[in-house]
Order: sequence, then C-alpha cells, then structure tokens
Amino acid sequence: MRIAPTKIETFRDDFTYTNSPFAIERFPFPFPEDDYSYSVNIEPHTLPGKADSVYEHLLDIDEHYLSEMRERGLVLKENPKRCIAMPHMDLACWDMIDRCMTSMAVDYPDWFKLEKDGDQWHWQNLLLNIDDRFTFGDSSTLPMPPMEYMGRQVQGDIALLDQREGDLFLDAGIVTCPADWSLAFDAGMSFSEWHGPVPMAHEMGVFDRALKYLCAIQVDRPVRRLNWTLTINARMDTSPETYPNWGHERTSVTPENVGEKVHLRVELQMLDRMPRSNALMFSIRTYLISFEDLCTNPDWARRMHRVMKTLPEPLIEYKGLSRYHPLLVEWLSKYDVPN
Amino acid sequence: MSDPIQVRVAAVRTVSPKIREFTLEAVSGQLFSFSPGSHVVVTMKGTNAEGKAKVWKNAYSLVSDGFDASRYVIAVRLQDESRGGSVFMHTQVKEGDTLEITPPSNLFAPVWSAKKHVLIAGGVGITPFMSYLPEMKRRGAATEMHYSYRGDATGAYREELQVDEQTPVTFYDGAAGERCDLKAVLGSQPLGTHFYVCGPESLIEGVQETAMELGLPSSNIHFEAFAAPQPGQPFAVQLEGSGLNIQVSEDESLLEALERSGVEVPNLCRGGVCGQCRTQVVDGEPEHRDSFLSDTEKADNDCLMPCVSRARSSSLTLSI
Repeated sequence: MRIAPTKIETFRDDFTYTNSPFAIERFPFPFPEDDYSYSVNIEPHTLPGKADSVYEHLLDIDEHYLSEMRERGLVLKENPKRCIAMPHMDLACWDMIDRCMTSMAVDYPDWFKLEKDGDQWHWQNLLLNIDDRFTFGDSSTLPMPPMEYMGRQVQGDIALLDQREGDLFLDAGIVTCPADWSLAFDAGMSFSEWHGPVPMAHEMGVFDRALKYLCAIQVDRPVRRLNWTLTINARMDTSPETYPNWGHERTSVTPENVGEKVHLRVELQMLDRMPRSNALMFSIRTYLISFEDLCTNPDWARRMHRVMKTLPEPLIEYKGLSRYHPLLVEWLSKYDVPN
Repeated sequence: MSDPIQVRVAAVRTVSPKIREFTLEAVSGQLFSFSPGSHVVVTMKGTNAEGKAKVWKNAYSLVSDGFDASRYVIAVRLQDESRGGSVFMHTQVKEGDTLEITPPSNLFAPVWSAKKHVLIAGGVGITPFMSYLPEMKRRGAATEMHYSYRGDATGAYREELQVDEQTPVTFYDGAAGERCDLKAVLGSQPLGTHFYVCGPESLIEGVQETAMELGLPSSNIHFEAFAAPQPGQPFAVQLEGSGLNIQVSEDESLLEALERSGVEVPNLCRGGVCGQCRTQVVDGEPEHRDSFLSDTEKADNDCLMPCVSRARSSSLTLSI
C-alpha cells in the first residue's frame, strides 16, 4: 500500500536513490514478450486502474515525490529554459492545472486539497507545504507562471501540445528529466519534426497512424504507453544540455558494477485531452530501477536478457547503449539458463 | 468512444424563423468544459414517415461559453431536405425531455497562434462562432465577423452580437439583397490573419477561391464543412467479417444502417470530416460524399466513409 513520501534522495552526485520492495513490485516492466518488437503500443488509460499499481490514478504520486520535486528545483535553478510556455498556451496551462489539481485532490485526499468557489480556488499541497488561493484562469494571481507552478508539484515531465492543421505542436512544457531530448530545442516543432531522430518507425508508418489517433483523443479518455531506455546511475536529468555531466558515465560500466550502475528507465507516457483549449497534455512519468533490483524478479531478469540479446542494431545505437551493450547481455545471461 | 451523457432539455426558444435553440443540462453529474468550435452528437429516437422506430444522430455545434460547464446550448436549423433529424428536434423535443449526447469534440478549433481572427458565417453557420467569441474576448484577441443570413429564415443571435463592441460584426441580409464582398474582406487583413468559414458550400468555395486569387496561404483558411448526411438511392450491403446483410433505405445513412444492425463503427463528426469511420470496401462502387479522403483515395474505391457516403452500385461489400 502507498505510504506518504517522506524520504529525500538524490539523482546526482552521490545517487542515494533507491526503490523500496513495494516500488520494485509495482515497477512498470515494459516488455510483454521475449523478443523486442517495435510498436506504438497505445492503450486506454482506464481509471481507476489496478489498486496500488502505477496505473491506479491519472497521475501516479509515489515514494519518490519529494526527491523528484527537489531535483526539479535544482534543474530549473541551473537552467530556467527547462520550462517554456508560448503565450497562446496560457489557457492550455490552466486546463492542465484544473486536471492535475482536481484529480490529485480526489485520488490522494490526505496529501492534496482543492476547494472551488466559482473561479476562486484554494489549493493545498500538504507534502510541499503549499497553501495558495488564486483566480482560475488569471495567471497574475499565481506566485509563478502556471506551467512552472503546476510542474513543480507533479512528478514527471509535462508537455502541452497545441492541435492545429491536423498536427500537434510542442508549444509548452516543463522537462527536467528527459531521456536525452531538449524542450528548448523541440519547442514549437510539429509531431513528425520532434520524432525525426527515431529510427525505423517513420518507414513503418508508425507516426502517421499515431498522429491520427492522438488528434482524435476525446475528453476524459486518456491513453497511455510505455517507453524505455537504459540510464547509467539513477540520473533523472539526462538532457542534451547537461550531456557533459552524464555522457561519460557510459564508459564507467564494468562486469562488476552492472547491477548497481545500469538502470532500466521506463516512461509511463499519458495523453489527455484538455477541454477548454483542445490541447493535449502529454505527461512523461519516469521510473528508474537498477538491474540489481530488477533481477530480483526472475521472470523480468530472464526476459530482460532475451530482449537485450535480440535488440536491433539501430535501436542499440539510438538509445545510446552501444558502448556497454555486449557486457550487459553477458551479465544478464546468468539469469537465462536453460533448464 | 466516450460514454454518452444523458441531458435534460431545460429550455427551448426560437432564435430565427427556422432555427430553434435548446438548452441542455446534465441529468446527473457534471458536463465537461469545452473548447471553442466544439460540437456534440445528439441521439434522437423517434419514428419515420411510415411510423417505424428510427434513430437519428446529428452533430450540432455548441453555442454557449465553453467555460460554463453547467449547461450546453445548441441551435438547430429546420432543414428543407431533412432526413428527419431536424424535424424531430423542431416538432418533438420539448422542455423536460431527456436526450442522449456525446461528450464534446472539436474539429473546428481556432488557431491560437494567429495574429487576427476573421470569422465568416452564413446562416446557421453562425453556431460554432458563438463559442469562439467569449474566449476571444477573454484573450483580447483581434477578431472581426462577417455574418450573412436570410432575414426570413436564419439570422439568429444578431442582437447578442451587436452589443459586443470588441468584435465588430458586419451583417448581410440576403433577403434584402445585401452581399458580403469577400474580396474586400479577405484583401484588407494584416499578415498572420486566420480565416474561419462556416456556412453553405457556396460560401466556403467563395472564400477558398477568393483566397487563392489573393494569394493567401490555404493553411490560414479553415472551414467547417460537415453537414448532415443527405438522402439517396437505397442499396444493399454485405459485411464480410460479420456475415450480415443490411438494406440501407433512402433516408438513412450507411453508418446509421450499420448501427441499427448492431455493428459499431468508430465515429466523431458523422459528417465526412473526421476520418474515424473509414471502412474498407471489398466489392461494389462507393459514391463518395465526404471531405476527408483525397481524390486519389476516392478514385481507388477501396474504402469509404459510411457516415455520409453511399453506393453507386446496387450493393456494396465491406470488410467489417
């Protein structure tokens, strides 16, 4: 069962981040089959999901909440450009505030409280000691711009996609824990533009189909998918802007430290239609687990070996695994011995 | 698709000789806020001319403010060549009645990054713009409107529009011989202006042709083309997947006939625009009436949009 987040761990320097047995058990393991196959794998985010799972609520708040909010603060202090909202996205930001606050207050009533009296709102975040009153829709009544205000209170990165001309445009977001992409670089781009670097999928027509599907998402019908990569150390902020801090860590993997150094990084991506602005909210909630912890589950360990072994070369390259991939497959092989 | 919402008709009023307005409130729970240009699909359960039970589903723009989730307001024009839906709304629906609607969806949203918005309405085509105006006002967005109507039939909401000083509206009563000079309207706008058209096909084509003549980019011209499906010749349909044989009568759409037979096809607009109901054709020649498929796709004749399109041949075989 969920317990109130109290610990504050680090995602940099001494990397004190750890998962409790409960967090390991509910980790969203992303591989449904032994062979890795490319797919859009979008499904309805039907609520409420299974109790205690990461799918239970619209937004998953877990034991790492305080740690991730502290980390977000550090990243924003270093580089305020991690939070961007174009002027025409103001209403979309308020839609997001409504959706996040309303669902968080209902789903976690011990931690968040919201009272609405017309457009006069009273929001309490008991975990972060925030108690604010503001006028809904009036950005001047918040202590900071609406995207940053909400983004500092929700785990995971958020992007708001403006829908026009049958396409989606990345016109607002708060992105402090990306898997090697940059909000400042992608801001204003269309759906196919920001997916430009992804190998193989364009030829498969994956993005055309996905775009049509996403443009038709209806209000109150959120959808989700899992995405994954590997990260060395429990580092949340693996962005191009900070590459000098983390890129070299890929060379630090040895047969002895694979289990503690290499982390499976899973993004629970959720898309939700914003009612007043017609924008899409794209939430990217990141979960990290060390291979050591992952392999406490024998089914996951065996499958992880098979998936890594059959991963196509272009994906090994794209996900930045080339340098330590053979070593990793070798390390995992001990969990996949024929009976 | 989203679950339907039960609504109660809280008020009915006549807003022009041929347009009636319906105020809808949730029977239980809450309605969703919605974005400017949104529509809902209303399910109407009545009887046809022969007295047989018949279900119509028509899309209607929401004319109220999207910030007000306490009620939805729609306006319905009595169609001269109605397949029955608008007649039903005008003659059968009374205050206190219950109707079923879909949650709002939007295929005609404003482009928020535009420098200026020019709204061009014809007749009942005023409806989607009624939900644009409150939001344009909140943002202080530069907006102007040109509204053509026939005083003896349409022209709803003229009084409401006149009192809004921020949005200049020019009125053109076709019944009094007044015409909107599209060339003058389109030609006098600043760069970065987006144009939105809703009204009869002739108005939409007029704007498109004028824009092309003036060299305005087509990406700045937006129109809401969807209209209720038109009647046509009856035809037979064989369904390969389910093995069903269905007869489509002259005043029902193929989509309605499929639904009547218990075959669910995804759909949002029911007017040939959104592309959701695209269905594979195995045999027979479709009569394409949608605005979604490209000319090449239409010529291939291997798919159709059952919400509006019919058959040129006496029968069609579909893959579903």
